[in-house]
Amino acid sequence: MSATVLVADRLSHRFGGIQAVNDVSFALAEGEIVALIGPNGAGKTTLVNLMTGVHRPQSGRIRFGGVDVTAQRPFEAARRGLARTFQIVQPFPRMSVVENVAAAALFGGARSGVAEAMDAAREELAFTGLAADADRPAASLTLAGRKRLELAKSLAMAPKVLLLDEVNAGLNASEIDGALDLIRRIAARGVTILVIEHLMKVVLSLATRVLVLHHGQLIAEGSAAEIVADERVIEAYLGRKYAQRATAEKFRG
Amino acid sequence: MPKARLASWQQWAAFAAWTAALASTPLWATNYIAVLAVSIAMNTALALSWNLIGGFTGYPSFATAAFFGLGCYAGALAQRAGVPMPLAWLIATVVAGAFAAALGAIVLRLKGHYFAIGSIGVVEMMRLVISSWDSFTGGGDGLNVPLLSGGPNVVARVFLAVMIGIMAVTFLVTILVDRSRLGFGLRCIQQNEDAANMIGVDTTRYKVIAFTLSALFCGTAGAAYASWRGYIDPIESFSILMSIKVPVMCLLGGAGTVLGPVVGTAGFMLLEEVFWASFLDYNRAILGAVIVVLIFFLPGGLLGIAWHDIGTRFVRLMRPPKAAA
Repeated sequence: MSATVLVADRLSHRFGGIQAVNDVSFALAEGEIVALIGPNGAGKTTLVNLMTGVHRPQSGRIRFGGVDVTAQRPFEAARRGLARTFQIVQPFPRMSVVENVAAAALFGGARSGVAEAMDAAREELAFTGLAADADRPAASLTLAGRKRLELAKSLAMAPKVLLLDEVNAGLNASEIDGALDLIRRIAARGVTILVIEHLMKVVLSLATRVLVLHHGQLIAEGSAAEIVADERVIEAYLGRKYAQRATAEKFRG
Repeated sequence: MPKARLASWQQWAAFAAWTAALASTPLWATNYIAVLAVSIAMNTALALSWNLIGGFTGYPSFATAAFFGLGCYAGALAQRAGVPMPLAWLIATVVAGAFAAALGAIVLRLKGHYFAIGSIGVVEMMRLVISSWDSFTGGGDGLNVPLLSGGPNVVARVFLAVMIGIMAVTFLVTILVDRSRLGFGLRCIQQNEDAANMIGVDTTRYKVIAFTLSALFCGTAGAAYASWRGYIDPIESFSILMSIKVPVMCLLGGAGTVLGPVVGTAGFMLLEEVFWASFLDYNRAILGAVIVVLIFFLPGGLLGIAWHDIGTRFVRLMRPPKAAA
C-alpha cells in the first residue's frame, strides 16, 4: 500500500441543531480513486468543505502530506495542492474560458506570471477537451462544458488531491461517459481523487474504494462489491431493489 | 477579455492627449476654464482611485470623501506645524493609506449593500470626529492653511500642474494594477469571490491592498486641495456628495476599465457645467435624471458601448442596398 496523502481524523461539524458531520475518519492513499456516497443531506458536501477550509471543523484534525492543515483557509488548501470542484459550478462568468483556467494556474498553481499561466491554461483546456472554446466567455458554455471547465480549473492548480463534488450531476449519458474517461485520465496523471457521486454506475466503474456517509456518520467502507452487498448501505441508500438487481447481474456474470 | 480591449499604446495616447488638453488650458482658455481643469484633474484622480476598489474589485465604496477629507486635514495640520508643503502632501498620502488598510481589515468583511452602508458610515464618523475635536482640528470653524505666494494666476497654474501630476500617477498605478497578478486576482474577486478563494487567491489580502491603493491618492488630492484653497472645514472636506459623485463618474465612463474613469469624469463635469449654466434652478434635478438614465441604459458605461459595431452598422447603412435576388 502506498503512502497516505490526506487523513481525516474524527471530524465533527454541527450547524445549529444539525450534526452535519459526526466523528468521521478516513484516509486517502496516493493514487487512489475513492468514492463518497450517501443520501441527500448525509453531509458529503460539508465533509468536502471541511477538508478544503471552507468551514473549520469543530473537532477533529486534518492532515495533508503529513502536515496538520485543520485551520487552513480555502486559498491555502488550493496552493497546497488540495483542489476541489463545486457541485454548483463557480466560473468567473465574464472572463473567457482560458482566463478562468489561467487564474487557477496563476494563483493556485503558483505560476510566475500571467503569460505563463495562460500557456498552462491552454494545455489543461486541450487535456479536458475545451480547447475549441478557449476564447468564449465562460458564461456561454453548456452545463457539461462548465463542469469540464471546473475540472480544467482544478487541474491547473497542479493538485495532489482532487475532491470532485458531483461532477456528473445533470449530465446526459454520453456526457457522463466523456466525464468518466476524463476522470480516469486525471487519475493516470497520479492525482489522488475523492468523488462524491450519486450514480452507482460511475461509482462501480471508477472507485477502488467506497465510503458511505449517512446522517453525518461513516456507516461503511470497502470495495464497490462489498458496499453493494452491505445491509446497512442497502437500508440507508441503495434500496432493496437495486441490491437485488446488482446481485443478480453479478451471478449472471 | 472577450470584449475587445484597447491596446496599451492607445490607452496611453488617449490619456496623454487629454492630459495635454487640460495642462494647456491657461494658454488658450479663460481662467474659469483653467480652474475647471484643476477640478477635472482632481476628480479624475479620485475616480481612478475609486475604480480600483469599486470597479476592479466590485466593492461599492462610498469612502472616497473619508480619505479625501482625512488627506485635507492631515496635510493642513502638517503644514500648520511647519512641514514643507510637498512633504505635508506625502504625509497625507501615507495617513490616508494607513487608515484605509486598518479600516479595510474591518469593513471589507461586509459585502454588497452592507459594505456600501458601512463605508458611508465611515465618512459621517470622520466628519463628526473632526468637527468635535476642536482643540486639534479647529472643529466646525475649520482651519486656515498657509497660502502659496505669488498671486492667483500663478497659484492656479501650480495647482493645475500638481493635480495633473496626481492624476497621472493614479493612472499609472491603474495601468500597472490592470496588467498585474494583483489586477487579475481583483477581477476574480469581483466576479466570484468564493471561487477566487478556492483557486488560491488570498482574497482578504487582495481586497485590503485594493482598498489601500484606492485611498492613497485621495489623501494626496485632499492635501493638495487644502493647500490650493487655503481654508478647509469638516462639511466640505467630508462631503457625502463627493462620495456619490465620484463613483458615478467612474460608472459613467465604465467601471473596471482603465480609461473609463477618465472619460466618465470629463463627461460628468462637462454635463454639470452645461446644466449649471443653462438651468440655474433645476440643474441638480436634471443632472440626477441624466445620471439615472445613463446608468440604466449604459450599464457598462460610455466605454462599454460597442462603438465598433455602431461604426460598422453605420457604414453598412450608407452603402447602397444590394439588388433583391
